[in-house]
Amino acid sequence: MIEIKNVTKRYGTKLAVDDVTFTINKGEVLGFLGRNGAGKSTTMNIVTGYISATSGQVLVDGMDILEEPRQAKRCIGYLPEQPPLYMDMTVEEYLYFVCDIKEVRKRNQKAHLEDIYELVKIADVRKRLIKNLSKGYKQRVGLAQALVGNPDVIIMDEPTVGLDPRQIIEIRRLIRDLGHNHTVVLSSHILHEVSDVCDRVVIINNGKIVAQDSLEHLTQGIGEGVRMMVRVVGPEKPVQRLIRNVPGVSLAEPMGMKEPDSMDFMVESAPGNDVRRPLVNALVSGGYSLLMLRPMDVTLEDIFLQLTSESSEGGN
Amino acid sequence: MLAIYRRELQSYFFSPLGYVFMGSFLFVSGIFFAFGNIMSVSSSFGTMLSNVSFIFMLVVPILTMRLMSDERRTKTDQLLLTSPVSLWSIVVGKFFAACTVFLLTLVLTGVYVIILSAYGSISFGEVFVNYLGFFMTGCCMIAVGLFISTQTESQVTAAIATFGAILLIYLMDSIVSVISINFIGVVLEWLSLFSRFSDFTNGILNISSTIYMITFSAVFLFLTVASVEKRRWSEG
Ligand SMILES: Nc1ncnc2c1ncn2[C@@H]1O[C@H](COP(=O)(O)OP(=O)(O)O)[C@@H](O)[C@H]1O
Ligand SMILES: [Mg+2]
Repeated sequence: MIEIKNVTKRYGTKLAVDDVTFTINKGEVLGFLGRNGAGKSTTMNIVTGYISATSGQVLVDGMDILEEPRQAKRCIGYLPEQPPLYMDMTVEEYLYFVCDIKEVRKRNQKAHLEDIYELVKIADVRKRLIKNLSKGYKQRVGLAQALVGNPDVIIMDEPTVGLDPRQIIEIRRLIRDLGHNHTVVLSSHILHEVSDVCDRVVIINNGKIVAQDSLEHLTQGIGEGVRMMVRVVGPEKPVQRLIRNVPGVSLAEPMGMKEPDSMDFMVESAPGNDVRRPLVNALVSGGYSLLMLRPMDVTLEDIFLQLTSESSEGGN
Repeated sequence: MLAIYRRELQSYFFSPLGYVFMGSFLFVSGIFFAFGNIMSVSSSFGTMLSNVSFIFMLVVPILTMRLMSDERRTKTDQLLLTSPVSLWSIVVGKFFAACTVFLLTLVLTGVYVIILSAYGSISFGEVFVNYLGFFMTGCCMIAVGLFISTQTESQVTAAIATFGAILLIYLMDSIVSVISINFIGVVLEWLSLFSRFSDFTNGILNISSTIYMITFSAVFLFLTVASVEKRRWSEG
């Protein structure tokens, strides 16, 4: 659907995006992960034709975004980091304006907008001035704008930043709905933000792509069974020694007391080696009660560490 | 382009800017009309317009300061530039919207012409030429203001810079007369918009001056497009 080939963007001496190559496949929901300043917005601005790359090429359905901008841009709906809203217009006026510039036929506009109001749930504010809307509503109007003209690809730059938890859940649900009949790309600096909506993630760090894979593959090495928290009733030192002696466990660190009479431990084991059964057996036969065992959150930081330390696995 | 034009026109009248422009223009030109024509019993409309032309310095910045700068500040340019509309139609749509507000204001000053015609005989052809020259001069200034508005994200900066630029153009004749270097003199003379305008205030429809003014506007529209394009390639 969209091919990004060797795209580089230089600001003075700083490389904001460094030789980035990846493909956005038709129909997928792609997560674009990276820390703040990694180059996510810059990449998205290049893909959507807002700015030009210093070198490299972006092909949308085979059309170069710079050489056939009108055709290529028609395929893309873009919600930038800051929604591009005209504060002095009402929601309705604004979206009719967007219809005009996205070349939606006059006679189809009304019905098209009704569908969009329905989808992003903004029908009740359509007569309000945009400047008077809450942040959550502004974000939804921004998303509505990206949907105008029914583009095949929806690109969203950190769509949940600055929203409260309830609004985040709403937007995430919307993204999942959109994923059913659109190609969706969303960027984020938070892993769990993309983990439950995306089919595939591309990770960017310092302007370079460090990994692109399905989420399962990426987190496999350090995911469930690899690092977990166990809460045990018993004295710290003997329990720690016991856990360490379980075959496959590489690290057992006490994490303090969170519940009376118990002790939390962080347990790490080698990738692909599920130590839960031997661990529980050892604790039970040692006479210690197990109160809790849960995988610890895999953070983006963990994946970064993994990817940058094991460079042989990166960039694949 | 029509959509851009319409939105821009609408926003002039949804914000105070359009009214401030019209109000201050009508106020100042009204004073000049009262003193220049009525009090001094003169029916020369061209003289009045030429006297009032300094007003461009004050009112054109009102019209042009936020045209492009505000799009950049609020990031709405991200919507425009990622939509299937060409940069030219964005720039030209905005230019025409500002020219339209100016034209509407000029139409309102038609009242002065009606008052004059009640007291003495005036040549409507001549008045039309006066108006045409005044309008085109204003459009040239708007093109300059539009160009300056692309150079910054701040309306205030754009307004002040536009004021300065128009002042410079206004004084260009005097500047040219003191510069003896031939080459620079020629270039600056080209920029001397108001010397062309004086043809029109004398009631002469000069084709070359007309073409000059259209070219002048077109050059600044082109520079506007080029500078937006350049920024997309460099800073972003
Ligand atoms: N207009 C600009 N001028 C100079 N440097 C910029 C500009 N925009 C972005 N950068 C730099 O490029 C890098 C990537 O920025 P960005 O793409 O916004 O990151 P992200 O969206 O991942 O947070 C940052 O280090 C930023 O400072
Ligand atoms: Mg960003």
